[in-house]
Amino acid sequence: MTPEPSILSPEERQVFQEDTVLGQHRLQEQFSNLEQQTETALVGMWVFLATEVLFFGTLFISLAVYRWQYNAAFTTASEQLDWMIGGINTVILLTSSLTMVLGVHFARLGWRRPLVWMLVLTALLGCGFMCFKGIEYYKDYVENLIPGWRFVDSEWLERGPGTQEAHGATLTEQDVPHVKMFLFLYWTMTGLHAFHVFIGIVVIAGLAVLAHRGHYSRIYYTPIEVVGLYWHFVDLVWIFLFPMLYLIGLHSASEIRF
Amino acid sequence: MTSHAHSTSIRPYVIVWAILICMTILTAAVSFFELGTTVWHLIIALVIATFKASLVILFFMHAASSSRLTWIVIVCAVFFLGILFLLTLTDYMSRDMIPLMPGH
Repeated sequence: MTPEPSILSPEERQVFQEDTVLGQHRLQEQFSNLEQQTETALVGMWVFLATEVLFFGTLFISLAVYRWQYNAAFTTASEQLDWMIGGINTVILLTSSLTMVLGVHFARLGWRRPLVWMLVLTALLGCGFMCFKGIEYYKDYVENLIPGWRFVDSEWLERGPGTQEAHGATLTEQDVPHVKMFLFLYWTMTGLHAFHVFIGIVVIAGLAVLAHRGHYSRIYYTPIEVVGLYWHFVDLVWIFLFPMLYLIGLHSASEIRF
Repeated sequence: MTSHAHSTSIRPYVIVWAILICMTILTAAVSFFELGTTVWHLIIALVIATFKASLVILFFMHAASSSRLTWIVIVCAVFFLGILFLLTLTDYMSRDMIPLMPGH
């Protein structure tokens, strides 16, 4: 069709679909054309992500309500988390989102090798995220931040929110259950998110193998786009998790103050 | 429709990524400043996170060039998330007010 490498328009894809064996092979019988088939898959993923928004939304609203009710305990507990690892993981996930979207871009252009490389890179960055997560969880283990397993009530009585408003006050015995509440939310939210990342890594690695074997072309690359949506959503959740869990209240604990 | 800009350049994606990284550094840096109350930290963190999320949805998830049907799903997700937050917060944040109301 076009001598220059370019992304096909819906009309061009339609022509390809009708003219090539590959295009006809890819079209499933319940759809009238590839364009409709692709959009069905994409909207299906968006609907799934909409349910995921509410799924994570309930956890975020729990965090908001309890933080509002038990501010001192939640601020103190939040300050014990390692914001540096959280920040590094934010950068890793954002970069993996870039490599993923470049993968989709190269898939649209029909460039197989760059597509495979971008998928491999995305999966590797996902693994990097999991490694830092592991280091962070190990630190939490060492620092007694696991309620029900590694948790010492008395340690928390010496700590307090370092904010100016708190005037150096420390937590009381009544606050300790609320500290546990924050840590439960922290483990649930980061754990569920890490589980999503894990699923993403497995699926993207699988796509990389299929892409390497030449399953995708300029006419058919829907799985790449669909999985791309999922991976960006995982990134979206972390964009909110990082400031909400790690950053609110960090300023007070820090030695550096402006 | 689901297919889109016909440019082969990867520059727009790299620019969006660079903005996202800058915003991450900004949100971390802001948390070192004393801003009076924690409320300001919360507001700034939420504004930056929402801005970053919008960039990811519009450009990485290609919502900017997506079909109207996709937009209905996106708007529904945000709308119901809004209901979840609004109604839950009005409940919890107004509970202390009940003794002040007539009849209590």
